[in-house]
Amino acid sequence: MTTFAYGRSLFLGAFAAGFLAGSAAPAPAQEVNLYTSREPALIKPLLEAFTKQSGVKVNTIFAASGLEERLRTEGANSPADVLLTVDIGRVQQAKDYGVIRPVTSDVLVQAIPAAYRDPDGYWFGVSLRGRVVYASKDRVKQDTITYEELADPKWKGKICTRSGQHVYNIALFGAVVAHKGEAKAEEWLKGLKANLAKKPSAGDREQAKDILAGVCDIALGNTYYVGLMRAATDEQRQWGEAIKVLMPIFQETGGTHVNISGIAMTKGAPNPENARKFMEFMVSDAAQKIYADVNFEYPVKAGIPLDETVASFGELKPDTLPIAEVAKNRKVASQLVDKIGFDN
Amino acid sequence: MTTITARPVLPAPRRLFGSAPLWAVAVVGLVTLGVLAPLASLLLTAAEGDAEIWPHLVANVLPAAIWDTGRLLAGIAVLAGLIGIGTGWLVTAHRFPGRDTLAWLLPLPLAVPTYITAYVYVEIFDATGPVQAGLRSVFGFASRADYRFPEVRSLTGCILVMSLVLYPYVYVTARSMFLTQSACMIEVARTLGANRGTLFRTVAVPLARPALAVGLSLALLEALNDIGASEYLGVRTLTVSVFTTWLNRGSLPGAAQVACLMLAVVIGLIVLERNGRRDRRYALSTRRPRVAQPVPLPGWSGIAAAALCSLPVLLGFVLPAGFLIREVARRGLLAQLDASFLAHLATTIGLAGAATLATVGFGIVVVTTSRLSRNGVMRAAQVVVGLGYALPGTVLALGLLGPLVGIDNALNAIWRAMTGARLGLVVMGSAAAIVVAYTIRFLPIATGSLAAGMDRVSVGIEDAARTLGAKPRELVTKVQLPLLKPALATAGLLVFVDCLKELPATLLLRPLNLETLATLVYGHAARGQFENGALAALVIVVVGVVPVIKLTRHAEGQRHMDAAP
Repeated sequence: MTTFAYGRSLFLGAFAAGFLAGSAAPAPAQEVNLYTSREPALIKPLLEAFTKQSGVKVNTIFAASGLEERLRTEGANSPADVLLTVDIGRVQQAKDYGVIRPVTSDVLVQAIPAAYRDPDGYWFGVSLRGRVVYASKDRVKQDTITYEELADPKWKGKICTRSGQHVYNIALFGAVVAHKGEAKAEEWLKGLKANLAKKPSAGDREQAKDILAGVCDIALGNTYYVGLMRAATDEQRQWGEAIKVLMPIFQETGGTHVNISGIAMTKGAPNPENARKFMEFMVSDAAQKIYADVNFEYPVKAGIPLDETVASFGELKPDTLPIAEVAKNRKVASQLVDKIGFDN
Repeated sequence: MTTITARPVLPAPRRLFGSAPLWAVAVVGLVTLGVLAPLASLLLTAAEGDAEIWPHLVANVLPAAIWDTGRLLAGIAVLAGLIGIGTGWLVTAHRFPGRDTLAWLLPLPLAVPTYITAYVYVEIFDATGPVQAGLRSVFGFASRADYRFPEVRSLTGCILVMSLVLYPYVYVTARSMFLTQSACMIEVARTLGANRGTLFRTVAVPLARPALAVGLSLALLEALNDIGASEYLGVRTLTVSVFTTWLNRGSLPGAAQVACLMLAVVIGLIVLERNGRRDRRYALSTRRPRVAQPVPLPGWSGIAAAALCSLPVLLGFVLPAGFLIREVARRGLLAQLDASFLAHLATTIGLAGAATLATVGFGIVVVTTSRLSRNGVMRAAQVVVGLGYALPGTVLALGLLGPLVGIDNALNAIWRAMTGARLGLVVMGSAAAIVVAYTIRFLPIATGSLAAGMDRVSVGIEDAARTLGAKPRELVTKVQLPLLKPALATAGLLVFVDCLKELPATLLLRPLNLETLATLVYGHAARGQFENGALAALVIVVVGVVPVIKLTRHAEGQRHMDAAP
């Protein structure tokens, strides 16, 4: 009987607690509801700063994927005001679904270069990260590299990366397709695959770890992970210290592939004014500074100082290819990854 | 058991649902609809798209995905099956040092989410981990390229990690089966000269088959639907393909089509298994089953048994839990333990508790109604209800979005007609959506466990009760439920712990500002700092361990009572 008695008291108490927690109805006027695929702890300082400045409370739902589907299904009754994503692909998908609306805002347009916002005003990039090359400090002598060189047989058995199907790689490969066309991109991808030291797996930080362990000499990775690793107080610091960052460039443009954190207002936003305030706040100097300091990302607005570690990577010259072009080629990139068996 | 007073039995007119009350039939119908709704919505999505993406999927994606999935499941079936049945039999049929402790330690890995074990194993056994670093310093290797060491981030690693987490499904169900196995059969076999091995092969395992089928299929479905661990370890299963088809190949209908294909395969396997044991009966004799006296294993064989049974506990529980404790300690994560953390803990337990109540409650109604009605439709309903578990969590959540929002829209329309105001989302806007998802997803654990238990209740007992004048309700409350008590406890435990760990459906269906412990862990992992989620992960494990221990203690108590004449 003990199990059941224990169970009953636990369940009943818990039952009540669960529903109270779930159904706390917030006051209507001074709030904005945010659906985000950006991890809450990373944006928490931003949200707190916004609330302090504007008095508007921010409610959030965080999920890495599926938020566009949720918005589409919830339709007119959705509580969401703003969608925030960590990748161009998701916010473009939201536009294709017709769940976000265009926003006309001088503040946004002046702060964000044209390459990082939707030509029709549906979405806006609020921060940038480069997809760069991590290289072993000990074993790699060169300090510059091109994306094209990654397919050079001289790197045979020396490159590590996470899955080719991960959104960060898909965006990079999409940029390659945009620059070189599908056939040449496939050839390049085959060359890169032939150079891999091991089957793609895990995340970007693990690739730095593999460089430290001598599994490979170079790896694909995002810039901010290096900031996070070097700021760590444990063994991750060693992973970060074992590598240097090479800013790879495309031969065509001499620029580095960047991806954006995208922000957009939902079509049925119940609090459109607060949503606009929030979006404009995200490109304010204060918010951009927080982005740079807490997230180790590149501010999208000119004139905001970089974090010291990030500045040490050298100057980022973003690829001039509009980010919307990258988004268009995601599907082709993903199919190429399948076709050549990149993840096999 | 209380005495059942005899009543005159009148010949009742034959009814469609036998002796099952109509309200119960209605509940079963409602539950079946609830399970079918997301499936129907999934089918609709699948039908939306054309077959445009299929040549690509068939040429480049599915062969590898099917091959990898097949090898993964086969590996887990063998490894988790061996560990679960082997240890279950050892601790039940034998006596050796530490046996009683091991009996309740063995289910503990169940409390550790698969993705956490996967992460911990990579930390420990990867190239920079302590094991390989130790090897390098002992043997003087300069780099990873100089020696051979099995790769954790691989299919083999994935099989090992998942088997270590999932074997308790087999262990728990197998043990409860072994425990209630009638001593007579075992003693007869012994009298006939069967040695320990023969006894295990020819009596114990065949008799435990319904439970093993349930345990193993739970473990395999869990493995099939996993996304976190497989993706992290670089194994491209069919489930991973569903996700990449949806998110990268940009085809939600294509993803739904692959998911439907997976579902068809799972249904096929379930039907095959059922047909395989169609002609067998597992009912116990009418007398209360007596547990066979465990055979002592003397000397070295006893120590070997103890070592064998300790290994899965060490690898599946002590290692990951120890890692989490170490991370919490050295990172000072106890500082995270503030009021909001406790609120999230309460939410987690509340959701899991509510879903467990609903799941077990519906499970009882479904299984007893199916039994009372002796009707094909109700038996079919029991099979349909079992399908929720065959869907990956995110796919189920995607399928549920439509029906749940449909309910919300209907409520809004009514509300607007009545008051003219906007109501907002009631189901999706509260935790109700999550409870519905948990219930649909984990209901098969309850029905599976209860049905396996019910298979062992002889129809003769029920007929006797009916002859003595018991009404259907009395039959359920006074005969079936008491006999099902171990199965009920097992079901409740498994569901509760699974709800604690559930991540994908929670992520997609939660209302604004709701966090569970699993989403907290995920939040840290999502920005590549899993270790900072160690406290939340550890609390999931601790909260999960409490019912596991309570339950096994309870089962042990039962066993001693039974053993005493």
